[in-house]
Amino acid sequence: MLGQGIAKGLLQTARNLVATYVDKDRLPTIEYPEERQKLPEATRQFPFLVHDGDDPSKGLRCVACQICEKECPPKCIYIVKSKDKRVDYKGQTQFYPAVFDIDVSVCMSCQICVEVCPFEAIKMDTAFEFSTPDRFGALLLDKHRLAKSAAHYREIHPADAAESDAVMAAESAKAEAKAKGDAEAKAKAAAAKLAAVPNVSPEAQLPPPNSGSDSPTMPM
Amino acid sequence: MSLPAAASHAIRARLDAEGNASGGDQLEVAMGPQHPSTHGVFRMDVVLDGETVVKLKPVFGYLHRNHEKIAEGTSYLGSMPYTDRLDYFCSLTNNWAYALAVEKLAGLAVPERAEYIRVITAELTRLQNHTSVCGFLLQDMGALGTPLMWAFRQREKVLDLVESLTGARMMCNYMRFGGCRCDLPPGWIAQARVLVDEYPRFLEEFEALLSGNEILMARTQGVGRLPAALAVAAGVTGPMLRASGVDHDLRKVDRYGIYDRFQFRVPLGDHGDVFDRYMIRVLELRESLGILDQALRDIPPGPVIDPKAKLRGFRPKAGEAYGRIESPKGELGFYLVSDGGPNPYRYRVRPPSLINLTILEDMCLGHSVADAVVILGSVDIVLGEVDR
Amino acid sequence: MSFPAPEELKTIVEAALHGVRVELVPNPAVPSQSSLRVAPADADAVARFLRDDPRLLLDCCSNVTGIDWPDRDEKTKTKTVVDGVEKETEVVRRVPGTLEVVYHLYSVALRHGPAILRQRTADRGGDCSVTSLTPVWRSCEFQEREVFDLFGVGFAGHPDLRRILMWDGYVDHPMRKDYVEPDDYEYEPTPHDDVLERAKSHYPPTEAKP
Repeated sequence: MLGQGIAKGLLQTARNLVATYVDKDRLPTIEYPEERQKLPEATRQFPFLVHDGDDPSKGLRCVACQICEKECPPKCIYIVKSKDKRVDYKGQTQFYPAVFDIDVSVCMSCQICVEVCPFEAIKMDTAFEFSTPDRFGALLLDKHRLAKSAAHYREIHPADAAESDAVMAAESAKAEAKAKGDAEAKAKAAAAKLAAVPNVSPEAQLPPPNSGSDSPTMPM
Repeated sequence: MSLPAAASHAIRARLDAEGNASGGDQLEVAMGPQHPSTHGVFRMDVVLDGETVVKLKPVFGYLHRNHEKIAEGTSYLGSMPYTDRLDYFCSLTNNWAYALAVEKLAGLAVPERAEYIRVITAELTRLQNHTSVCGFLLQDMGALGTPLMWAFRQREKVLDLVESLTGARMMCNYMRFGGCRCDLPPGWIAQARVLVDEYPRFLEEFEALLSGNEILMARTQGVGRLPAALAVAAGVTGPMLRASGVDHDLRKVDRYGIYDRFQFRVPLGDHGDVFDRYMIRVLELRESLGILDQALRDIPPGPVIDPKAKLRGFRPKAGEAYGRIESPKGELGFYLVSDGGPNPYRYRVRPPSLINLTILEDMCLGHSVADAVVILGSVDIVLGEVDR
Repeated sequence: MSFPAPEELKTIVEAALHGVRVELVPNPAVPSQSSLRVAPADADAVARFLRDDPRLLLDCCSNVTGIDWPDRDEKTKTKTVVDGVEKETEVVRRVPGTLEVVYHLYSVALRHGPAILRQRTADRGGDCSVTSLTPVWRSCEFQEREVFDLFGVGFAGHPDLRRILMWDGYVDHPMRKDYVEPDDYEYEPTPHDDVLERAKSHYPPTEAKP
């Protein structure tokens, strides 16, 4: 009969209308920004720089190796490597980024910087409300705006952070063991040297800073 | 002879009689680029006689960014997120096609679990693409709102699932050469199973709403016929080709990945008209659900990426490879030429959306301009892929 | 019947078509499928044969694309013995560039393929034209237009050879390797100041980041 299909369709929409009052699944819209959806853990928006400890200016894990800058597909990362080295939170003397900018108006949230970073220094944040009337300046995030604590990272991506912490703990344990071995070898060499030449500078006898003073636990 | 065919015949005859010259009563209309029916920034220059299309020339390039040139200037890995932006409805299948081509070029193996994840994500992509294209098609027919919103409501559920796996709803950037970026999060398979189990309920509702609708039938049956021989010669692929009755599904033909392990049927059309294209998509949704059901049941544990696959400094040996998959739009191919460097020497995307438009004019001739909109809707194009 | 290997295909084509020479182009990659290169003059006949031969029935031309091979220097070292002393001389030969068009052919009817067909132009300058295969496979229509647009390869016999992605009136061919990007198309101050530096010559000075 002509019109049967239309009637059937109308019945369907009527049923749906009634169902919206009882079935939450039928009315999935939420009133943003008053209501917010809980985002899944894997959600990624823009990158941030992880720092250990409380002071972002000292604790940045980034050593300005510039791998992310090279690998970034849209080339939105801009790094200037420091001229001098400084002692980082782990106690190693490293370069640090004098300038680290990310242009989030160019960034396409692809996460490749995170994947290529060998130092667990750059991770994806979940913040997305960056709207601003300033088209250029306000979307160019510098290292002060990018720096966020490791605690923040553990909060937004607990599973990933645990994995990353484990990787770092393993690495620092390895580095420590190596440093210990090196120190011993150095001490041995120094002792041998000392035996051969009596006048030697006192630094050579000192172990390198920090070796042995930290237990091989998770770096905080 | 159907009405449109008769009209077409009459117009052809008259135009021939007039020496194909414009009789002065023809109207040239530029439909688009800013037009809601063109699915993006696409223009059809149509010549109308009354309301009947007598000539149609598609105009492209409004979204052209030379994806291929960008890819030739970036590393193999760096192109992966750009492939998301080709057909932005189906970023996971784009990822797969590109990964497949590179794996072919470099001879990389993919772990079994990764193959299963690829099948699952690709079929989820097909689900959400076909669901939303049915909604869009109805939108093009003037069914404003309800069908599209219902389709999108369902699509959101798929996207939620995709987001909890890849971290993004549309720009997934999930696959890597030799596997996938990360493993499934805990509980994901159970969530996917819920979606797959509940999907048929939506399909039944959607079909009850639409498939028997007289207006839908009147607007689609016999409209935009595409004969099988022309479809094959014009390189038309995907649901459009199958709607014309050609049994050609790369999942069956090439059996790429692990598609030979799954039981599914390839729905075929009889008439090759818009209605068939719509129905093929609805039927394919059910087949996809079957594949998902099997894949979610059989997925083995194990690694998700080949440990030998390098992320940085990836340099395949010199040579060339062409990898293709059955994306929801059709045959999506990547042709890569390597000169041994870190960037591809030549990177080519075979965009199904663009090539499926080759015969747009043939399908539209003799139909009214409102039908041209419906026919375009049934081709299922995404301008990100057409223009690249 | 399984799909003939490229070597076999070459024999089949050369046996069937009198006077046609097919050149095998090896592919050193892992898939290592060689392709067949034909002279533009023979391309149409070969294409029709590949499409219509009942053993092949390559009815679907899936992918058409161009490749740019710019002029390059080929260095060959030759050893000559002059007065009993071995001398090594390096000869630099200028290899003229060419534009190549690649066709991937499949058979939908027999479900086999691909056969890879190549044509190349005489040079990259004035005489860069090959034979259009659009009369054989309709699917080449837009793809050949794209190759024409982005590489500047002419297709003799193409029914509607116009630019497709770039706008009418555009002069250059962006996919060529020697294409120079315009330096002012991104004039926004980006972190990479070289773009901005180049743009400055085109635009009134904007405030740059210190």
